[in-house]
Amino acid sequence: MCKDCAKSDLALLEPVFKEFEGDNHALVTILQRAQEIYGYLPTDVIYRIAERQGVSPAKVLGVATFYSQFRLKPVGKNLILLCKGTACHVNGADTIAKALQDELGIEDGGTTADGLFSLKEVACLGCCSLSPVMMINETAYGSLTPQKARDIVRKIAAEGAAS
Amino acid sequence: MRIVVGEGSCGLAAGAGRVHEALTKLGADVGITGCIGMCYLEPVVDLYDGERGTGNGEPGTLAARLVRVQEKDAERVFNAAKSGDLAGVEDLKISPADEEFLAKQTRIALRHCGIIDPESIDDYRAADGYKAIAKILGVGGGQGMTPEQVIEEIKISGLAGRGGAGFPTWFKWNAARNAKGDEKYLICNADEGDPGAFMDRAVIESDPHSLIEGMLIAAYAIGASQAFVYVRAEYPLAIVRLEKAIKDATAANLLGDNILGTGFSCRLRIKAGAGAFVCGEETALIESLEGSRGMPRLKPPFPAEKGYTDKPSNINNVETFANVAWIILNGGAAFSAMGTETSKGTKVFALTGKIRRGGLVEVPMGLTLRDVIFGIGGGVRDGRKFKAVQMGGPSGGCIPESLLDTLIDYKALGATGAIMGSGGMVVMDDSTCMVNMARFFLDFTAKESCGKCVPCRIGTKRLHETLVRITEGNGREGDVELLEELCKGIKDGALCGLGQTAPNPVLTTIRYFRDEYDAHIREKRCPAHECAALKTFSIDAAKCKGCTACAKKCPAGAISGSLKNPHAIDAAKCVKCGACAATCRFGAVVVG
Repeated sequence: MCKDCAKSDLALLEPVFKEFEGDNHALVTILQRAQEIYGYLPTDVIYRIAERQGVSPAKVLGVATFYSQFRLKPVGKNLILLCKGTACHVNGADTIAKALQDELGIEDGGTTADGLFSLKEVACLGCCSLSPVMMINETAYGSLTPQKARDIVRKIAAEGAAS
Repeated sequence: MRIVVGEGSCGLAAGAGRVHEALTKLGADVGITGCIGMCYLEPVVDLYDGERGTGNGEPGTLAARLVRVQEKDAERVFNAAKSGDLAGVEDLKISPADEEFLAKQTRIALRHCGIIDPESIDDYRAADGYKAIAKILGVGGGQGMTPEQVIEEIKISGLAGRGGAGFPTWFKWNAARNAKGDEKYLICNADEGDPGAFMDRAVIESDPHSLIEGMLIAAYAIGASQAFVYVRAEYPLAIVRLEKAIKDATAANLLGDNILGTGFSCRLRIKAGAGAFVCGEETALIESLEGSRGMPRLKPPFPAEKGYTDKPSNINNVETFANVAWIILNGGAAFSAMGTETSKGTKVFALTGKIRRGGLVEVPMGLTLRDVIFGIGGGVRDGRKFKAVQMGGPSGGCIPESLLDTLIDYKALGATGAIMGSGGMVVMDDSTCMVNMARFFLDFTAKESCGKCVPCRIGTKRLHETLVRITEGNGREGDVELLEELCKGIKDGALCGLGQTAPNPVLTTIRYFRDEYDAHIREKRCPAHECAALKTFSIDAAKCKGCTACAKKCPAGAISGSLKNPHAIDAAKCVKCGACAATCRFGAVVVG
């Protein structure tokens, strides 16, 4: 394993391994649990899961990179999920994406330098009637305009600075 | 009066949770229900008279349905419910026109949605819940039904897979029943990945027990004792409610071993998906259930012979299962009495996009698209002109106005080049560019292609590149023919349904909106004024009042002019962001 890899507290994984002991179909679920624990999937965690599941690290990384839910890098304090579903597209999701990228100075999938925001475009949040929609930390913000999206992000940033 | 708040994901996103909290703070005993489907009116609060559980799971008799209720309205809603005097909430009451949205529907799969409390097994039981499985097992009188009789009843009903393919449900059940092997699996596909469809989420959030009961009946019919629900991870609320329903049903001996003392056993587990559209394809879903990358397998063998861990497996979608208990209780003939020669029963549609009344709509097969979009949905909003309806998501196509009288029927819709699909119906008006729409879907399928087969992996990428080129004003003569040739190659060569149907959005837009492709390619013009690279902005000097608002907003400093004199845009500097047009109060900015 590489020397630069994160040093994660791997003991936190033990209860997960115990719960799925003997289940060789649980890799996706184990990765989901690991991401809940660490916020993302650090390299040493991937190696440990491979070792305990008796599969190669390549197989684990292959699964982790196949599904959009998994992250290999830490995310910002506030995760913005911008819906790019069909209804949102028709109602101008592209203009919201541009406004957010401009406001935060990051691309889709990026995290701001201060670690305050991460931006991720997702296929559909299922709130089509409120389109265009974004979700920040599980709260949905609907009927967005570029300006409204900027204002929401600014407000959260201000609150973050105050606290 | 009892207060019941609609708390599906849409309602909560619109603020139902805050309304609930505010009402509770005032001392109200607030009940919850799922999604009634009137997304455009959320949050919805119902006021009921009388006692709870009056026989159909309803919390009394509906006295008033209040719509677009906000936190600030909580106090007057509370007072109205307390006093029974509705005068103070008159303005919140649903209008007669909006009531028609529900009145024009026939609800079977959604029969309990927005009425019963999804977290209460007692509510579901009061609404004839778990009576179908009791009937089959011969519990509480009656002779019961054999698995063959159950399959026969489903055959009579004509129920077909609601996930998109429309394959006869009885046939799949029968194949799994007849497959050799004593260990069989039943799987529910709740990986609703079609962007623009959310009926499966609504059913699980609003009526999870009807899914469980439908699955129990199927498990009994095929001889499975193990079942899975594969749910999208993006649906956290659905997972929470389903977990509770499974726990409650297990406690009531309706799941697990020796159900209701009959010797029939069925265990049900939830597996959360991790975000991959291709996992809606059944063999990819099985791979994912087994913990691997969700890449489709070559068929045959079909899952009915070799599915999960190579054991016979049957996979149906949520909406399909939600119809099953109703069919067993009311008879297959009652279901097949609705619909057309080739499509029976009802279908749920998610009506979204530029529609006046958007939401979930369940109608009998055989209505026309016009009936649904204009009759129920109220047509296009903001007084604009209808252009097309997109059906079937990334596997479907765009249907133009001239075909709005097409019947809702698997065969008739297939003939348009679109598909019934899982029921997404995205309405577009004249401001939507059809070339850009095709680009949007190919961006999606190219990203979601699993990469296993070359026609899909590389073909969708090339389609997407060509469409991007056209929308950016770099289209070339012959591009349309190139697209068509690519589409044919992908359709013929792709391994699974995702690849085989990925060209549909391109082919249907070329078929019905060829003029828009030609305008982009030959005239470098986007008729819908949507493609940014092809837009032009200018100022109509006659309308401009010289207020300077646009010049202040312009991020590129492209607008010049002095106060009270007409302004002008320097096309060379313009970055085509549209800020000027959005700012101008006099309609002086001309977008071409």
